This record gives sequence, structure tokens and C-alpha cells, in this order.
Amino acid sequence: MSDLLLPPEHRYAEMIKKRQNEDGSELSILNLGPTHPATHGIFQNILLMDGERVLDGEGTVGYIHRAFEKIAENRPFYQITPLTDRMNYCSAPINNMAWWMTLEKTLDIEVPKRVQYMRVIVMELARIADHIICNSVLGVDTGALTGFLYVFQYREKIYEIYEEICGSRLTTNMGRIGGFERDWSPAVWKKLDEFLNEFPGIWAEFENLLSRNRIFMDRTIGVGPISAEKAISYGFTGPNLRAAGIDYDVRVMTPYSSYEDFEFDIPVGESGDTYDRFCVRNAEVWESLKIIRQAIDKMPEGPFHANVPDYYLPPKEDVYNNMEALIYHFKIVMGEVPVPKTEIYHAVEGGNGELGFYLITDGSRTPFRLHFRRPCFIYYQAFNDMIKGQMLSDAIATLSSLNVIAGELDA
Amino acid sequence: MALETSVIQDRLTQKFGENVTGFIQIKDIFSFEVAASSANEVLRFLKEDPQMRFNFLTDVCGIHYPDNDKERQFAVTYHMHNWVDNVRIRFKSYLNGDNPEIDTATNLFLSANWQERETYDFYGIVFNGHPQLKRILNMDEMDVFPMRKEYPLEDGGRTDKDDRFFGRTIDNR
Amino acid sequence: MSKSTDIKMVGAPAGVEGQGFFATKLDEVVGLARANSLWPLPFATSCCGIEFMATMASHYDVARFGSERMSFSPRQADMLLVMGTIAKKMAPILRQVYEQMSEPRWVIAVGACASSGGVFDTYSVLQGIDKVIPVDVYVPGCPPRPEQILQGIMELQEIVKSESVRRRNSPEYKELLASYNIS
Repeated sequence: MSDLLLPPEHRYAEMIKKRQNEDGSELSILNLGPTHPATHGIFQNILLMDGERVLDGEGTVGYIHRAFEKIAENRPFYQITPLTDRMNYCSAPINNMAWWMTLEKTLDIEVPKRVQYMRVIVMELARIADHIICNSVLGVDTGALTGFLYVFQYREKIYEIYEEICGSRLTTNMGRIGGFERDWSPAVWKKLDEFLNEFPGIWAEFENLLSRNRIFMDRTIGVGPISAEKAISYGFTGPNLRAAGIDYDVRVMTPYSSYEDFEFDIPVGESGDTYDRFCVRNAEVWESLKIIRQAIDKMPEGPFHANVPDYYLPPKEDVYNNMEALIYHFKIVMGEVPVPKTEIYHAVEGGNGELGFYLITDGSRTPFRLHFRRPCFIYYQAFNDMIKGQMLSDAIATLSSLNVIAGELDA
Repeated sequence: MALETSVIQDRLTQKFGENVTGFIQIKDIFSFEVAASSANEVLRFLKEDPQMRFNFLTDVCGIHYPDNDKERQFAVTYHMHNWVDNVRIRFKSYLNGDNPEIDTATNLFLSANWQERETYDFYGIVFNGHPQLKRILNMDEMDVFPMRKEYPLEDGGRTDKDDRFFGRTIDNR
Repeated sequence: MSKSTDIKMVGAPAGVEGQGFFATKLDEVVGLARANSLWPLPFATSCCGIEFMATMASHYDVARFGSERMSFSPRQADMLLVMGTIAKKMAPILRQVYEQMSEPRWVIAVGACASSGGVFDTYSVLQGIDKVIPVDVYVPGCPPRPEQILQGIMELQEIVKSESVRRRNSPEYKELLASYNIS
């Protein structure tokens, strides 16, 4: 097996020579990436091609390896949130909230119901934003630019809601240990309301544009399929696993942030091909809208953060005028807060699957070890298996329907 | 009938005796230690036993404990998830500090492949029997294992950022 | 919706105008043409790339600045937009892309990572792309808002407008490239 350690082009050169001698066939090597426009992120795939057909391939990743885990070992807990933003930057708030929930689990902090519901709203908005990108870009890759330009308007609306909540668009760095930095302004609720009124119509139109479109169906049905058994073995989670017919969803299996209070369905596919992945994501957007509506309807009154002065930053005006608040502010910012010595694994349903944080603390101001279970990294290894025997253009559609986010993959 | 942690403990102790130790419930996850020599067997048992049914390998990662005894300076942590009874477990295998070696899990779970490569890349933990144990995230030419605690976060050879102007010490704490 | 009367056309450069003729410097005419037809090569690696997607999509519409066509081939691109973290593993590839571009070529470093490494002050990240290729405009932000990216493109347009047609043959420019070992 040691020839797998060689660069793939060497291995393929042997195979090409062998096949040429056996039956005279002419195979070729194709280098796809790392900056290929159709790969949406930087992955290199060296493919062994028989004409347009992919016979074998090997992926190389790590082109934006930024050493998140090493940085995390050198930063106090509050300074790790910006890192989580930059992991899956298409749905940054999910990562933020997951990180706060990990810390709250570590510190045994009970979060008020209102905060939990607010988090659910934010996380579901992020899921919608994530799926908008994935599905519209899948349209682009199969030749339909219109849908992309159309629904991106509404991703902007989601970003406006984020902006209203935390002041930032993409990498949100939203929230605090125990809650949010401030209560949501009336503008948030207004914008949320507008979004919920307008977006369903737009999304239905987008769905109509593609889901029964002959060209789109021909390009995606039966493309890059994966069986349920294989998907589990490859560690698939999230929409990509559900497209293969397994109804595993962290929101239901191990509910966090009061997901058990909401009624929603888990859409599943059948064959795990590109079309099923598209449909599952589409359906999940509807489910997310349903959850957001329920959360708004049931939104309880109460504080927007837990009463944990040791970990929750005091309001800015108190910091300027009140000695005690200043001391707390200083302690929290410098990371001089008591942290128990423990090991925690907390998982949430990210945009692409089970996003887990494995945190080991040793009582100091930084984590001893923080490992991110990044769904993209784990399921992207199946890519070469999925495209074997497919056409090259199918490989592109498969890659874009897997929604591999380079930042999350390479950490 | 949900799978009780006491059942897991009993079955494992019964089958592997001294090789599984340190059973403890940390928050919501039941954890224990497994001797490196039987880690693969434990994984297989947990996956294939009709009562255990830990069908999903959630996560594999390495840890470096530079202050431990020589025999326990590295650890590989496995998170497994039983989707039928919805039980998560975690176990660790401690490895020798000089030549950390453990059997691969790729024969049981395809997802272990890259996760073990990542662990090798970060810590230099060798997974015996792994089909393609080479670096994944860092450059092939790299000659250190950057996540080990003795290596600094920043590149030592850099000249562009003068620490005097940034008010920092070398280890950036 | 913008009214058709609101649409501003690019003004003519300074020159002497008379009946049936208009005299100006070749530099300015070429600069004007170049500045308003910059074809971008999006070299998007991470978060900033997503903001660039927003920039080129319907809401912000980079096409208004003469950048309608994304040129994914370096050969036909004028402006390299480097968006996102460039890891050391990626640096040789970025350089190769730059070398493949034909003159005149301009580079915008979009975002903190491309400009200086940003928050990722680590062993694996290149601390700013100006370590490997020359940069014309830096856009700060992590990630910059689409408006900022547009501002960066407009700044570059100013540079392009005033650039001498002979600049690329000048000894200073050759020296600059030589300092990056690019021939």
C-alpha cells in the first residue's frame, strides 16, 4: 500500500502506461484546482481521466490551513469566538452559538429561555443563509445564474438582521457567555418580520425554477450518489447524510437550546445524489422558517442574558463609571475567570452537519486543547469515491452540492 | 430500553479486563481509558456487538500532555455515538512520548482516514496499518509536528513583526 | 431603482476640443479605457470570497464599474483580487497565478488576511501577500463590507487612470519585480 504515499501523478503515470500496454487506451491526468473557479474554495483534485470520465482521483487539502486549534490553545475563551466565525463563514452564528453553549456546559450556566429562543432564531437564519448559498451556487454550476442573483438579495436581508443584532455581516462574533450582548432592538423584529413575509415567496419561485427543471434534473439526478451505509462509515452528517435517507439530526437526537420545544420535520432523501441533496436543503429552509415562526410566537419575556457576572461582560457605561464593573470587565477580558478542570464535547447541527467542540480545560485562562469536529473535513474525504466513474462536469456538481467550505475543512 | 452506562462498563470489563479502566461520567458523556494495544479491538467490539451498536465514529483527535509520565504523553481520543439508543461515549488511549503508535481505525470506519492523517500531521502519532499516512493540512516538507506543546504558535523565523512594537512576549501569552 | 438621468457616464479627460477634433494625451485615453474595463480575477480563498460573492451579485453589482466579466483565467485578467487567507502552502500557487497574468496587471489585497495575515499570526499563514507579489491597493476589514471592496476597486481605478503607458517598461518597475524574483 505504500504507493499511496507517492504523489498521485506518479501513481497514475504507472497506471496510464499499464493500460496503454494492455488495451491501447489513452488515459490522462487532470489537475483540478486549487484555484479552479468551479471548486468554490481551494481544494486540489488530481484526477485520472478516461476522456471525460473520472477513473480515480486524489484530493489535497490544507491550502488555507490557519491553525485554529493551535491559536485556540493560546487565547482566552472570549477570543476564540472570532476563530469560530471564520470556520464555516457561511453560517457563522451557528458556530458562535455552539461555542457559547460549549462554554456554558463547561461552566454549568443555565441560560434563560428567552436567550435560547433568540439563539434558535439566529441559528436557523444562519442555516437558511448557508443553504441559500449552497443551492444557488449549485444552480450556477449547472448553468443557471439567474437563481443565484435572485436569492442573493435575500441573503443580504439576513445579513441586515445580523447587523441589527451584532453590527457585523458575515463574521458575526455574536453573543456572550450566557446570552447576547444586548437585547434585540425593535428593528430586528421588524426586519425579521419582513423577511418572513417576503422570503417564502422568493424561495418558492427559486424552487420552481430548478426543482422540476428538465436540464437541472438531468444534470443532478444520479450524480455523485452515496449509499446510506457508506455515508455513515464516511462520517457524513447533516443534509448530505439526510439526502442518503438517514434521519439523523443533532437538533432532534440531542436537543440543545430548547429545540425540543419546536415542531419541525427532518426532510430525508433517498439515493444520496446531488438532486436529493438539493431537495433536502430546499426542504430544510422551509423547516427553518417554520422554527423561526414558532420561536417568535412563543418568545418568552425575560432577561437577554444569564445572571453570571463572572463571565458576562458588564455594560459599557458601567465599566466607565463603576469600579466593580471595571474590575469584572478587566478580569473577563484578560481571561482571569475561574474555569473548572474538565472535558466537554458539545455538538450542534451546523449548516453542513454535526459541528462539535471538544474542549479540554486545565483551569488556566486558555483551553488546554480545543478540537473542532468539522463536518466538511470529515465528509469531503468521500468525494473521490463519489465521483469515480462519473463525468467531469458531474464531479463539479457533486462538489458544489456537498457544500464543502474551505475554511471549515482546513481549520 | 436505553443502553445504560453500567452495562457498557460491565461488558467492556468482562471482555477486555485490565485494558479498559478509568470509567467516569463527565457531564453528558461516559468516558474511559483503553490501553493502546487493544484500542482497535475495543472499537470493533463497540461497533459490532449487537448490544453496544456504536455505529458512528464521531471524532478522532490527538492530545499532547508534555507534563505526564513518558508512557502517557500522547493520547488519541475517540468519540463514538450509538444512534439507536442515542448514547455518546468517549475513550482515550495514552501513548508513549517518544514513539507514539496505535493501530488504525480505518479498517472499521472510513471516516477515520483523514482524521488520523490530521492527528499524524499535528502530533506525529503513527497509526499502524493506515493506508496513506502522510501529512494532510501542512506542507509535506514540514519537519515538525506543530500542535505539540513545545512548538510556538508563530513561525520563529519571521522578521516582519517586531515584538517590541507589539508589546508581546515570545510565547504570545 | 436608479433613474436613467442618474446614470453618470465617465467624463472625458482634459484636452483641447474644437470642431471635429479632440486632442489629449495618449496616457489619459489609455488610462480611461483601462480603468473602466478592469476584468477581475477573483482569487477567493475564504471568508472575504463570500463577501466578494455578495459584491458581484445583484445587490452591490460590481459590473457597474466595468468589471462585468469575472475572468477566471489569469491570462485575460487585469486585476487580481486576493480575498482571504493565503497559507504558506498556497503562496507558490498565488505567485504562479500572478506570473501568468499579462501586463498591465494590478493587485488588490482584500481583507486583513491578504493584507497582513490578519488574526492568523501562525506558523502556517503567509503574513500578507506582499511577501510574494507586489500589491497596489489594500482593503482593510475582516471581512471588508462589499462597499469597502467597491471602494478598493475605485481607488485602483484612480491609480490605473493616472498610470503612464510606459510604466511597465520603466527600470523602477523592473526593479520592483526583480525584488520579488519575478521576471
